[in-house]
Order: sequence, then C-alpha cells, then structure tokens
Amino acid sequence: MKTIYMDNNATTQVDPAVFEEMKPFFTELYGNPSSMHRFGGQVGVRLKEARARVAALLNCEPDEIIFTSCGSESDNTAIRSALNAQPDKRHIVTTRVEHPAILSLCKYLEKKDGYEVTYLGTDENGRLDIQEIKDAIRPDTAIVSIMWANNETGNIYPIEEIAAIAKERGVVFHTDAVQAVGKIPIDLKTTPIDMLSLSGHKLHAPKGVGALFVRKRLPFRPFLIGGHQERSRRAGTENTTGIIALGKACELAIQHMDEENTAVRALRDTLETGLLAAIPDSILNGDRDNRLPNTSNISFGYVEGEAILLMMDQLGICASSGSACTSGSLEPSHVLRAMGVPFTFAHGSIRFSLSRFNTAQDVDYVLETLPPIIKNLRKLSPFSAQKSAPACTKSFSE
Amino acid sequence: MWEYTDRVKDHFLNPRNVGTLDDADGVGEVGSLACGDALTLYIKVKDGIVTDAKFQTFGCASAIASSSALTEILIGKTVEEAEALTNKDIAEYLGGLPREKMHCSVMGQEALEQALKNMRGEAPSKMEHSHEGTLICECFGVFDEEILRAIKENDLKTVEDITNFTKAGGGCGKCIDDLERLLTEARGEGVCPAPSSEPSFPAQGMTNIERMHLIESVIDDEVRPMLQADGGDIRLMDIDRETVMVKFIGMCSNCPSSHLTLQNVVEAKLREKVDPNIVVREG
Repeated sequence: MKTIYMDNNATTQVDPAVFEEMKPFFTELYGNPSSMHRFGGQVGVRLKEARARVAALLNCEPDEIIFTSCGSESDNTAIRSALNAQPDKRHIVTTRVEHPAILSLCKYLEKKDGYEVTYLGTDENGRLDIQEIKDAIRPDTAIVSIMWANNETGNIYPIEEIAAIAKERGVVFHTDAVQAVGKIPIDLKTTPIDMLSLSGHKLHAPKGVGALFVRKRLPFRPFLIGGHQERSRRAGTENTTGIIALGKACELAIQHMDEENTAVRALRDTLETGLLAAIPDSILNGDRDNRLPNTSNISFGYVEGEAILLMMDQLGICASSGSACTSGSLEPSHVLRAMGVPFTFAHGSIRFSLSRFNTAQDVDYVLETLPPIIKNLRKLSPFSAQKSAPACTKSFSE
Repeated sequence: MWEYTDRVKDHFLNPRNVGTLDDADGVGEVGSLACGDALTLYIKVKDGIVTDAKFQTFGCASAIASSSALTEILIGKTVEEAEALTNKDIAEYLGGLPREKMHCSVMGQEALEQALKNMRGEAPSKMEHSHEGTLICECFGVFDEEILRAIKENDLKTVEDITNFTKAGGGCGKCIDDLERLLTEARGEGVCPAPSSEPSFPAQGMTNIERMHLIESVIDDEVRPMLQADGGDIRLMDIDRETVMVKFIGMCSNCPSSHLTLQNVVEAKLREKVDPNIVVREG
C-alpha cells in the first residue's frame, strides 16, 4: 500500500540530498571536530560551512547559531538563559497556544520556581491581540516568548511587529520558529528578535538536531555545562552528522522557498476546498488568510478524530488530530480549546500538513477516500446536525 | 499510536449491530459530545432473553469496538446474565483494551445498566445521576459512586487508573485530591484513625459563634465565587445546629439544577470544611 504522508508538521521525510550529504560523516569522516589532528579538523571545517548555511536561511551571522539536539532543547535553553541572566525579573509573557516545549516549561517554572507567567489568549480564529501583548509586558518581564507559526492550525503570528514592541519596551524576545523555518521567509537582520528556535526534522533534516539563534551581545547563560563546544554555549561533542544534515536542509530550504509558497500551497488549497465542499458540517480551524502554506486543520462535526485517523490509516493516509483520544489525554487540544472551538467540532479535528514531496495524486486520493469515511462514521454516531443536544454547542472555556 | 488487539480493530472496522430499534424494550444513553464519547444502546427482550441489541456510538476506535462487542455479548443472554455483565467482560471479549481506554468498556457497562433500568420502567433512557452521590469530576460529570464501583470491580490501585477507567481527573485536574481520598477509602489502606486529641473535622470543639463564622466564611470564600461565575448568588439565611438555610439569588434562583448545586456544591463544601453532618436546605 502506498503511504500518503500528510503529517509534515509532526516530522518530515529526510531529503535524499540531505541523506547523501551526511552519510560520509557516519563512515570515513568520523573525527571529532575539536581534535588537534587534521583528521578531526576537517570535520570542524565542514561544521563551519553548515553553520553558515543555517545562518544564510535566517539571514543572521554564523556565530549567532548554536546547534542543539532538538527544538525543545532550543526553547528550554532560550527561556532559562533569559531568566538566569536577569535574576531580578520574575515574569514571563507567552501564549496559550504554544507548543508544550514552551507551555510545559512555563507551567513548571510557575509551580517549582515561583515565576509569574501571563498566557495570552486568542480569538476564535486563533489570532493574538497586539494590544494584549503590549498590556502584558511589565517592568519585571524577563522574556516574551511567542511562536512564529502554530503547529496545529498553521497560524502565522505577526512576529516582526511583536518583536518591535518587545524591543521598544526593552524586553528579551524569543520565538519558537520550529514550524516556520523553511516554510516562510525569515530575515533576522531586519527583525529585532533576540532568540529563535528551530528543529531539523521539520525541514527535511533528520531527528536529533536543532538550533538556537542568539543575537550578538545578548547576555546568555548556557543550559548544558561542560566542554567548550559551540563557543562554550552548549557543551557536548557535536552531532556532526545531524549538523551537516541541517546545513544541507537549510540550503535546500532556500532553493525551495518559492515552491513551498506556490506549489505546496496550491495542493493544500485544493485539498482544503475539496474537503470542505464535499463534507457537510465541516469547518476550517485557524486564520484562513494568515497561515503556513502547507497546513490545513479541518473539523468534521459529530465524529471523533481518532476514529477518522484510524480509518484513513487503513488506506495509507497519515495525518494527525487534535482530538482527545489520540493524545492519551481526555480533552481536545489546548490550541482548539484556547480558540473556543465548539465541542461539536473540537473532537473531530484533523490536521493535514503537506510538504514538497506531496503530489496532486496524493490530494486526489484523499479527496476521493475521506468523504465516505466521514459518512460511514456519522452513520455510527448517535449525533448529527439535527439531533445534537443543545448543551453540545457550548464552547470550551478555561 | 495505540496498540489495539486484532479483535478491537475488527470490531472498529466492521462494527456489528449498528443502528436503532424502533420497538426496543430498553434504551440506554450515556456520555455526550462534550465528553468526547457517547453511546446509545437499544435492547429487545422476549421471554427473559435478549433477542436483539443495536447501538450508535460517537467516539474513538475503542469506544466503537466496545459498543459492538457489548451487543454481540448481549444477544442470546438471559436478563439475569445481562445484569451480571461488567466492563471487564467487554474488555476480555476484545482481547483487552489499552489501560487508558478502559473507560470505553465502562461506558458500555453503564449504557447496559441504563437500558435494563429503562426496560423495567425504573428510569428514562438518558442516564441521570441519583442525588445521593457527590459530583467529583466536574469536567466529565463523574460521581463518587461510579468511581468507588470502578475501584472495587477493577481493583484499581492508582489515581491514574481511576482516570483510565472513569475519565474522572482527566480534565482540569482539580479533583485529584478527592480521587486520592476515594482511593484510600475504597481500598481501606493508609487510613490511620486520627489521634483523639486532634479534631476529626474542622468545626469540632468550636463554639457556636465560631462555627457560624466558619460557615459564613466558607460560603463567602468558596461557594459564592462559583455561583457568581454563573451569574447567580447565595444568601445565608439561618443556622440551626446542623441545618443551614440558604437562599439562591439571581440566575441560581430559577435554575432547574439548583437542587443539585445545593447538595453537590453548598452542602459538600460545608461538610468538607466545617462539619460532615451539615444538611443544607433552601428557604
């Protein structure tokens, strides 16, 4: 059975060119870049090249890139660095729709270390209110951390504008750009962002490598203490294969940036328009006009997300759901809850996230097979648009 | 990715006995769209034997499979045999369910009980809780009696398991302490009799005036904010030994579920924070 992979916000296929680039570093080029001998030193030269490639994608200085093991490590490093560098400041501003790498960390800091955190809400389309961000910043705010693009809805936040607000107020600004890097243009020369997190496996590099951009002269406190690697900002022998791969992936991302925003977007739009037209009682979650070009989050009323995913899985289609049952938690996704998506729809949300490896045939296949799946599950369901209990239109609130 | 047995997958992909029965002798409806799963069970009984069963389910794969399995188990059983079925029979029929999904089998058991009660004319098809119980989990509407039964019947040992089986505690998490308490109570472990010098409830040994002040402050600090959040309010009218008289104001005064609020919120709070013998009346 063919695999139709539409779960690229979860992870991506390693680009074959990336795999080729990293292979020699598993075999003949296994030296330690810190070694004095040329055998290790040649690897160090290649790491430098990879760093420059990452910097080129973000338009920053190579020295401003710290390689890490993943997006979560980059996020943890950024937040803790800002807090440790400004011990007198005890307040954090973030949003309710962040990835758990930020959200769980903030809850932890609140509970264990007594920090105060302001979690900004969103409107029903998942949009932030700029005035609310301005109002949330206080003299004791150590850091504002707001994601560039949301992993579930694909919503893009006005990071340029938010970064300018934080700069004007003299507060450190971090953005989790794990979903944005490689999909939309990012220019750190013109955007006053202090720190930015990215993850390799979201842009066709393998899992196990990430990076943190830290602007020059920003006070920084390392998370991992040990050797002098990464200019003493992140100890631990370099993940040479991963870093080489990330460098190549960033180089390819520059080449494919237009394609992401034209070809991938066109596929996504065809899929989305087709599904919304073919399936009654289906709604789009998120900000229609301001989204990543690859993401579409659609709720199918009166059916449950896990059941939809498993039916699709039978046909080789991979996607994900914000439904409670898929995550092991009993409540639907925190992002949909923050947006106040009604119960009727929250449990039946499916996220499709495409990549440049998807084809028009993939989209046609989903358009052909998904409507009957929803129809069959609705036949099983005691609810429908006609017979749902009135209480069920109530939306989530926290 | 859940590890479902082949039996679960089969009953999910090819559910048996889907639909409704127009001439059902008993109907049981449990769950809701809000909770993320719901089941309506229809049974037909002739000469003490379940001759047909149908279902409609909104929920995940294991909820659909549990419902399908339940109907297959039921058909051909005597009413007595049906009455003796538990969630364990459903889970066993399916070759087991992931621990986190056991609540799907409990939903089947509840729907069956409701359908049998409905058949005997003892209850409407839609499950309603007796007012004797105390609401523990507000997010999923789970009462203490269901939790205690799940602990007993499935030999549950942790709070996590209570959530797996009943969903209680799986939302905001406010009731985790209550779940700990119920677990200790039900298992009879770790209950040390309080030393005699220690009061066994907050108001023990208080003067009447101190006790009244405590009741007043519990209502002011703990009860009123909850009611005000829903546009209502409460006034303390009188205190006569163990009887506390209150009056609902605003939205609460004509709310059809105010008697539930009276017992599950006001009385429960006062029993917890003041004296377990308190009775709250409206007047």
